[in-house]
Amino acid sequence: MPTLISSISGWGRYPVQSCELERPERYADLRPTETSLITRGQGRSYGDAALNENGRVLLTERVNRLLEFDAEQGTLRAEAGVTLAEILEVIVPRGWFLPVTPGTKFVSLGGCVAADVHGKNHHHDGSFGDHVLGIELILADGSRVTCSPLENPQLFWATVGGMGLTGIIGEVGLKLTPIQSAHMMVRHHAAANLEQLFGLMQDASIDDRYTVAWIDSMGAQLGRGIAMCGHHATQQESPPGFQHKGKKNSRAIPCDFPAWALNSLSIGAFNSLYYRREGAKREPFLSGYDPYFYPLDALEKWNRLYGKRGFVQYQCVIPDASAYDGIRQLLQELSASRRPSFLAVLKRLGAQGRGLLSFPMAGYTLALDLPIRDDGLFALLNRLDEIVLQHGGRVYLAKDARLSAESFGAMYPRYAEWLKIKNALDPQNRFSSSLSRRLGIGGSDE
Amino acid sequence: MSEAVLILGATSAIARATANAFAARGAALYLASRDTEELRRIAADIHLRYGVEVHHGLFDAEATGTHDAFFKSVLAAMPKLSGVVLAFGYLGDQQAARDFKIGARVIASNFTGAASILSHCANYFEPDGQARFPHPNPPPKGEGANETLRDLRVKRRGFIIGISSVAGDRGRQSNYVYGAAKGALSLYLQGLRNRLYASGVRVITVKPGFVDTAMTYGLPGLFLVASPQSVGERIVAALGKSADVVYLPWFWRYIMLIIRHIPEPVFKRLKL
Repeated sequence: MPTLISSISGWGRYPVQSCELERPERYADLRPTETSLITRGQGRSYGDAALNENGRVLLTERVNRLLEFDAEQGTLRAEAGVTLAEILEVIVPRGWFLPVTPGTKFVSLGGCVAADVHGKNHHHDGSFGDHVLGIELILADGSRVTCSPLENPQLFWATVGGMGLTGIIGEVGLKLTPIQSAHMMVRHHAAANLEQLFGLMQDASIDDRYTVAWIDSMGAQLGRGIAMCGHHATQQESPPGFQHKGKKNSRAIPCDFPAWALNSLSIGAFNSLYYRREGAKREPFLSGYDPYFYPLDALEKWNRLYGKRGFVQYQCVIPDASAYDGIRQLLQELSASRRPSFLAVLKRLGAQGRGLLSFPMAGYTLALDLPIRDDGLFALLNRLDEIVLQHGGRVYLAKDARLSAESFGAMYPRYAEWLKIKNALDPQNRFSSSLSRRLGIGGSDE
Repeated sequence: MSEAVLILGATSAIARATANAFAARGAALYLASRDTEELRRIAADIHLRYGVEVHHGLFDAEATGTHDAFFKSVLAAMPKLSGVVLAFGYLGDQQAARDFKIGARVIASNFTGAASILSHCANYFEPDGQARFPHPNPPPKGEGANETLRDLRVKRRGFIIGISSVAGDRGRQSNYVYGAAKGALSLYLQGLRNRLYASGVRVITVKPGFVDTAMTYGLPGLFLVASPQSVGERIVAALGKSADVVYLPWFWRYIMLIIRHIPEPVFKRLKL
């Protein structure tokens, strides 16, 4: 198989590393190599999860065929390289939706399993892995094995959230969720500060299947924000048919923005405007599913906004018991650092799932986008790690580019259980990535 | 317009993109290749995405003895076949020039196999060929003579799209066996176009330049590489235009114009 040596990065454009890429076009060519290999779908993880410095990276973008779709039962089977966008095009007109979706549809199906992604409905529906019917996994010895919650369950729950380190995810079967409309019925609730915002998110009377809060990290009042609650519109609530209301035409960011383009002033101004405009939408309104779930997808290559040096997305979860205190401390630390975060998102997570390295646990998750201006950012992020650890939380590996091996160990207590399964199937640690080496995942661990 | 298109060598990236582009405008498809496992996956995918009827079957370009039976099975599945895309090819490697075992396969696949299956297709599309594969419901004779005439013309109208290569435009030391086979294919298609013109059958020769496929992945020195999607869409779009020989992307026409006109005494000294 021909390969291409190229410098690549994740979506955050940090770090950039030289990797040897191969891009099979046939399913039979999804095969492990003798040396280190990691699978990469759309490269939408933010840090180094789909990088393998000086090692092999297997691109699945062309192994992306839809194989079966049962429009009666709502089940789908496809090759792991297919994107959620491609799946939606086929299933929405037939009355089905993804059971769980992250904030972009330009991710691969395999990546959603490997990172066990969650959506705005985690507190009701769990994470992606909870809806996976089965996986065909290509192991280190080249054999293919089917795993599911019933068949080879250990391997299944090591692969869900396993960051591609148990094997190459070849095919995925998925249970879909029925919808009556392509529209969402959405309602916004403004909160003047963090306490109010938490109050809104805990209020069962306004909670909806999908709930998320946007936080103005530059606001004078810490934690000023908007809780956005929505559900798939019912037949009565929406115009007939599965016509898609979203804007089809997307725009691309044409070049790298200068590093100073996103600064405290510009972000502060944007946030104030956004708070006033979106906070005013007190009455329920209809929205296409695209602008609701994937607002940033309308802006192709938006990662260029952060300039050439890229950015880090810091996403952590704080368990319910001290969620308010933990999140408040994190926002205070951020505010004191005078570093603007263009995006700050707060979500509620439901109970921890069965994926051994999965991120979600019952609590609140905060995501921040922080441009890399200088190395001081990394010192700040280390302080945030300490706060997260104090509260018994964890950092999301799919977003991570800089966590320490020590912190990883403390945050993921089920790692030892995972490692047993990994060592039994891949004793030579063929499936490894820059992330796995940085965090000491897999390999000759005692 | 209900199209039914046979795609030969349907597992390549260009063929898959072309099949997608045909399916997007509602064409029924018959996908053929040696790799039936891949065909099954591609056929399922196209059917799910576009809702069109997709058949698939084993086809080995080099096994010319099987072509007659193969083509009959295509017609059995799609009696109203209206077009053929010949998309298979075998690049071989640099060794093809020195080791004739490889060279022979390059020629057998790109030219001999192509000439064999194209003869079956041409006979089907030509009026004489209609006799060999009679239309299941022959139009009645007599009063509706005008109707019949139009009907016949519609039945006979079809297209053959052959994917050749810019490599066939001039022999170069780096891949002249492949180039010779593709050059021969281009000449064959030219002759076929001449023969089928009177029958109203379009024959289009497509000459792709660098396309981002498994064949070119990681090769050094490529420039202006086109995506398979854009090439597939333009192959289908070529049916709506008048050009007989289509370079893809278009600027390769001019690159090859220059390359063809370099005097041989100069060309033989170049390292190409």
